[in-house]
Amino acid sequence: MGKYGWSLPVAASSYAGSIDFGISILHVAMLGIFALWGAFFIYLLVKFRAKPGVKAVREDHDETPAHISVPDAFSKLPFVQLLYRNRGELKSLIPDAIILTFEVALIVFYAIPVWSRIKANMPDVKDPVRLEIVGEQFGWNIHYAGPDGKLGPRKAELVHFSNPLGLDRANPDSADDVVMGNEMRLPVDKTALIELLSKDVVHSFFVPEFRIKQDAVPGMKIPMWVTPNKTGKYEMTCAQLCGFAHSLMRGDVYVLTQEEFDAWYQSRLATIPASAQPTNPAEDF
Amino acid sequence: MSHDEHGHHELSFKEKYIFSVDHKVIGLQYLITSFLFLMVGFGLMMLMRWQLAFPGTPIPLIGNMFPAELAPNGVMSGEFYNSLGAMHGTIMVFLGVVPLAVGAYGNYVMPLQIGAPDMAFPRMNMMSYWLYLPGGIMMLSSFIMPGGAAQSGWTSYPPLSIINPGQTVWLLSMVVLITSSLLGAINFLVTTINLRAPGMSLWRMPIFVWAQFVTAVLLLLAFPPLEAASVLQLMDRVFHTSFYMPKDLVVLGKAYAGSGGGQPLLWQHLFWFLAHPEVYVLVLPPMGIVAEIIANNTRKPLHGYKTMVFSMIAIGVMSFMVWAHHMFISGMSASLGNFFLVTTMIISVPSVALMTCLVFSLKGGSIRYNVPMLFALAFIPLFAIGGLTGLPLGMTVTDIFLHDTYYVIAHFHFVVVSGSIIALMGGTYYWFPKWYGRKMNDKLGLIHFWGSVASMVGIFAPMLFMGLAGASRRLYDPTAHLHNLPVQGWNVVSTCAAYSLFLFQLPFIYNFFNSMWNGEKTVENPWQATTLEWACPSPPPHGNFAKTPTVYRGPYEYSVPGRETDFWMQNDPS
Repeated sequence: MGKYGWSLPVAASSYAGSIDFGISILHVAMLGIFALWGAFFIYLLVKFRAKPGVKAVREDHDETPAHISVPDAFSKLPFVQLLYRNRGELKSLIPDAIILTFEVALIVFYAIPVWSRIKANMPDVKDPVRLEIVGEQFGWNIHYAGPDGKLGPRKAELVHFSNPLGLDRANPDSADDVVMGNEMRLPVDKTALIELLSKDVVHSFFVPEFRIKQDAVPGMKIPMWVTPNKTGKYEMTCAQLCGFAHSLMRGDVYVLTQEEFDAWYQSRLATIPASAQPTNPAEDF
Repeated sequence: MSHDEHGHHELSFKEKYIFSVDHKVIGLQYLITSFLFLMVGFGLMMLMRWQLAFPGTPIPLIGNMFPAELAPNGVMSGEFYNSLGAMHGTIMVFLGVVPLAVGAYGNYVMPLQIGAPDMAFPRMNMMSYWLYLPGGIMMLSSFIMPGGAAQSGWTSYPPLSIINPGQTVWLLSMVVLITSSLLGAINFLVTTINLRAPGMSLWRMPIFVWAQFVTAVLLLLAFPPLEAASVLQLMDRVFHTSFYMPKDLVVLGKAYAGSGGGQPLLWQHLFWFLAHPEVYVLVLPPMGIVAEIIANNTRKPLHGYKTMVFSMIAIGVMSFMVWAHHMFISGMSASLGNFFLVTTMIISVPSVALMTCLVFSLKGGSIRYNVPMLFALAFIPLFAIGGLTGLPLGMTVTDIFLHDTYYVIAHFHFVVVSGSIIALMGGTYYWFPKWYGRKMNDKLGLIHFWGSVASMVGIFAPMLFMGLAGASRRLYDPTAHLHNLPVQGWNVVSTCAAYSLFLFQLPFIYNFFNSMWNGEKTVENPWQATTLEWACPSPPPHGNFAKTPTVYRGPYEYSVPGRETDFWMQNDPS
């Protein structure tokens, strides 16, 4: 199973690389900061260990700025004197300033632009795969809009174990819709525009290989998108505690070539009875 | 406060040790109780760790002692696992670390450090404790109630928390516990403002007092929203209102009988508005303890005392503006994420400043490596790991992947366990001579220290790797997810380290109780410290100081040139 290991799983979506870039650069920086501080820390611990007859040396900050090497008039400014008197304390803010600069750079050039692209805005693509994903205890329902790009309407009174979303087959928009349980198939290199919903409690849709994670909140319709770019079999799970069988809430994700996907979609459509009528609501399970 | 409170008439056993109004007795009551709750929370975690390392196998030794509905044939059920998880978090945060950091250390040490005879409201102080203990017992009692304990995580997100069993007792206990904390916070603020000894100006207060002061402000402002939110959730559960329940819920195939129209995200906002300041409540007092111990054992003033105070105040203010970084992918407006990303990065500035000051304080020192100092020093790198691993979680983009994985668990346990709890343990070794007039044993202390540090790293470091591999938290059976299988071995490592952490607490427990009666006797000021808690007898009598001390200088006048001794106490008139 080469796609999973001791670090990040295989990257299989168009934006996975951007997210991995951030994770990598932050970890390099974190290790660097930790190593530098660690070395300095150990140096201090060894150098300044108590030795008989040696007293601690206080840092006193109240010397007058006698040897400050700037023009006289400037060094007499009260502000400069204040800074100079507190130079010991100010020095300790240097590491802070370096880290802050790094963080600001990351925010401005990385976090905000990438976040806008991935989460804040939906891509404007021609001919996407449209689907909605509805979480429930304890599974994911995948509802494809089909070639017409329109999701058929759902009605609560039609919910039935054979029709978990209560899809109204009588409506023409539903004619080419396919509903799958815990199994999602997507064509490679094609953007999927997804609406995420939940029937009962808060779930979180997570496909590690796509680096996609989004909470599904009942009462809300949350847009998200993904463009898978590697064919293969992946895993979708629930990442938000949703009840006693939370860990069993998982399914498979297959990324197929467009031809394979179309063939599979047609085969699914063929299984829908031609006269799919609403089942008797009284026949609840 | 009336003078009679400190009269020397004989107190009955009940007045002296049970319903005491003496801040020192209440502090020790808090200390023992919160250590007990920490052990309980730890015990729950050890059960969970068995299930995580060896899912589906019977819990050894005690598995068959659980009722069949919790653990059929000794194998933990999913409901029981979720209860253990929710209660572990709740107990550790609300019944363990906060009462230990604030109720115990704050109560005992803060009035002494400002030269006060007691807290401003001694009876209210007693009431805080006597709400905390019943609230805690009530929380634990939910395990034996029909439906069991809460099983919706310590975060209790609705609608799950409203349809799951067990939550009602959790909510009621939370209301009691929050009330206790609020009374404590008011008491701390009034005491610090009004009962300082003459000469104890704000800039002469020890860092620990500042830390408690900022913490009290946070508790006072952050807890009421959660108290209100808990009452609303209680209404949703008991009276079927719909503050948090949206329309048209279908739960396990059945329509939910509520009017709907509520918002699940409302709870998340209210909860995290408390719970993020709460993180700093968990961290600031221990940081104050570390600063005290470092100043004392480097024998020099803290580097940047004022920088540290301003940093703590800045953290306090900023902590109310970062809560939604817990909610980047919760479904709230994505553009709000940018705002909370920026505030989160800003709050790292004072945090880094605090750590920098602690490290720079070592420079030029004459460092004594005693047991409390080892704990204080270990705090610095371990807490730093916790802080640094917060970076990829506080950044919107990288949080998409890492949110709700084991990376988060590792991050906040490095902060709270190998940070706060390590510092609090160090505080026990440091102030024990003050509490009981005796020292704790150094050899046992060293075993406790090295064993605990190694075990803690062994528990939490593997979780960083599991998190990077995408392992989600709160999974009853981690092996149910294919992508977790390669890292399942880390779960076994982590579990073994957790059991070893338990073993290394045994010398501490023995040392604590044994030293109370048999420890080496010490003097008033065994560490040759400068702050006022060392200027009264050990243990201090009721009323603390024979004569109200007068304060002549700042808190850390160590190694002043030209003086014979290397410490100059705050109340030393010479």
